[in-house]
Amino acid sequence: MSIFIDSRTRLVVQGITGRDGSFHTKQMIEYGTQVVAGVTPGKGGLRFEDAVPVFDTVQAAVDETHANTSVIYVPARFAADAVFEAADAGIQLIVCITEGLPVQDMARVMPFLRERGARLIGANCPGAISPGQAKVGIIPGPICREGNIGVVSRSGTLTYEIIHQLSTNGYGQSSCVGIGGDPIIGTNFIDCLSAFEADGDTEAIVMIGEIGGTDEQDAAAYAAEHVTKPIVGFIAGQTAPPGRRMGHAGAIISGSSGTAEEKMAALDAAGIAVMQRPADVVPLLRERM
Amino acid sequence: MNLHEYQARALLKDAGIPVPDGDVAGTPDEAEAIARRIGGGVVVKAQVHTGGRGKAGGVKLAADAAEARTHAEAILGMTIKGLVVEKVLVVPTADIASESYVGVIMDRATQRPVFMVSPAGGVDIEEVAAQTPEKIFKAGVDPRYGLLPHQAMSLAFSLYDDVKLVRQAASIMEKLYVAFRNAGASLAEINPLVTTPDGMVVALDAKIGVDDNELGRRPEIAALRDASSEDPAEVKAREASLSYIKLDGSVGCCVNGAGLAMATMDLVKYYGGEPANFLDIGGSSNPEKVITALEIITSDANVKSILFNIFGGITRCDDVANGIVAATKQTQIHVPIVIRLTGTNEELALDILKQAGFEALTDMDEAVQEAVKLAGAGAGAGTAA
Repeated sequence: MSIFIDSRTRLVVQGITGRDGSFHTKQMIEYGTQVVAGVTPGKGGLRFEDAVPVFDTVQAAVDETHANTSVIYVPARFAADAVFEAADAGIQLIVCITEGLPVQDMARVMPFLRERGARLIGANCPGAISPGQAKVGIIPGPICREGNIGVVSRSGTLTYEIIHQLSTNGYGQSSCVGIGGDPIIGTNFIDCLSAFEADGDTEAIVMIGEIGGTDEQDAAAYAAEHVTKPIVGFIAGQTAPPGRRMGHAGAIISGSSGTAEEKMAALDAAGIAVMQRPADVVPLLRERM
Repeated sequence: MNLHEYQARALLKDAGIPVPDGDVAGTPDEAEAIARRIGGGVVVKAQVHTGGRGKAGGVKLAADAAEARTHAEAILGMTIKGLVVEKVLVVPTADIASESYVGVIMDRATQRPVFMVSPAGGVDIEEVAAQTPEKIFKAGVDPRYGLLPHQAMSLAFSLYDDVKLVRQAASIMEKLYVAFRNAGASLAEINPLVTTPDGMVVALDAKIGVDDNELGRRPEIAALRDASSEDPAEVKAREASLSYIKLDGSVGCCVNGAGLAMATMDLVKYYGGEPANFLDIGGSSNPEKVITALEIITSDANVKSILFNIFGGITRCDDVANGIVAATKQTQIHVPIVIRLTGTNEELALDILKQAGFEALTDMDEAVQEAVKLAGAGAGAGTAA
């Protein structure tokens, strides 16, 4: 088992013919993901790599191929509409890799998705991978291994770093989910903790947070009440100066709320093992499992 | 991106919100002319992106145009929290009957804009929230419908009893929401919103923060950016689509991804060093970006070693390797470089670096320790790690 994506995932790639879209579609196919369709308006009728049919609209792709999951690589100015389009076509899981979506667009997207019962992962995220089954997004497949650790992270490359530490030390993963670092995101830590808690193949959880907002504190409070599986946590940004934007729009420290120190204390208070550096993940898991 | 007070005021005025007369001046002559036109007493206000202008002497009352000129001479060119004042706003002194706060911010937790108002205006709203939270009133806005008239009225009734004032304030809030939306703002506030003795409601001071992701589609807002009020290296980085923040340490960091960049800085500190900067070269990076990144890092004289920490995903390691090779050919770099690369196209990258005489590490802890050691050992130790 796994969370969100698995061997039954039938993927449509929005923006399949773009630079990033085509590069990562090849990698997803190579990994074994069932990429059943692509969408690029004006390129309907083509076949990507002589194999994947390309459609002009997501609706046409869904009608023809029964895609149940979408991944978005279109440029930022088209990305919010791409999410609307996927949800309108009945897609229930939408993964938006594109970065640079205005937060006001996200505020319009979220109620639209809720009305249609669709889940969005991201935007501005690396996507998800369930090792051995499917990858949706850009997490490098070769660094992952099949196993029973669930990974959830607000970061992209920092996630890879920690997955890499896990895999090279014999800890495979059930699923890894990059939820993105923007102020408004579709899937948060609590959604992932609750999914991992319910997943029979996940035995322990690694959560990777960063400065800004209160998602990690909320997740810690949730975990203390509802999660029985061991959790190991990391917070990036201990050396970040207060009040400065550190790349992610979400990583703004306002006043005392949202500092790495405060978040680490909240994790600790909830019984979560707190890493001081990425390399601590393995010894802490060993201790807790 | 934050707007100056005079820019925010202009946006509110365009939205139909009453603001006092006044104008912005870049010289004492201009300030004097504006004050003369207004007639009577004026306030001369420094336009810089920081709070505490009043305490720093950047806000002065003047009885007439001559005094306005004297104050403008003193304020223009002064430094407030490291920022040089280039412009002053000259406005008439106001007769104030009451001061309130009205703001709209994008709220992460509820994922929608939230209006926040308080009858305790004119002071720091964070202070009001901490000391007298019962004086703060909120209403969430469904972005599909905007601020509904009844919501605006209800908020306004928490500010005033007199229904004439309530109607004016409600109208101002509806217009503020439109200005917030049209500017692509993440924050728009009026503090204070004042009532005058003759029963008018007026926006006396305004603050607008714009979501950087909106600037691409709002050229008229992007044009309001005042690059002179920012660190030149940060401006250069932004123009190259890099995210850079200068810090005080000696280990220059060049990383892909904000989270890994922060974790790298944290690890530099963990091993006893101090990071010189935060620098995220982002995804899909091309060699040009890496060249600019190296130029920015080496322009900081405190930098004693440079650490690349690249974990390839959407960023291809070979792009970064090509950038490092091109940059070091183009400019002489006088501090040691430690390269850590792993992930997408790692093999290709290692080949490129090897041919150019660089070695690369694959372990993050090892690379950080090496960079910290080299920074401690001092400058001029060569180019390759």
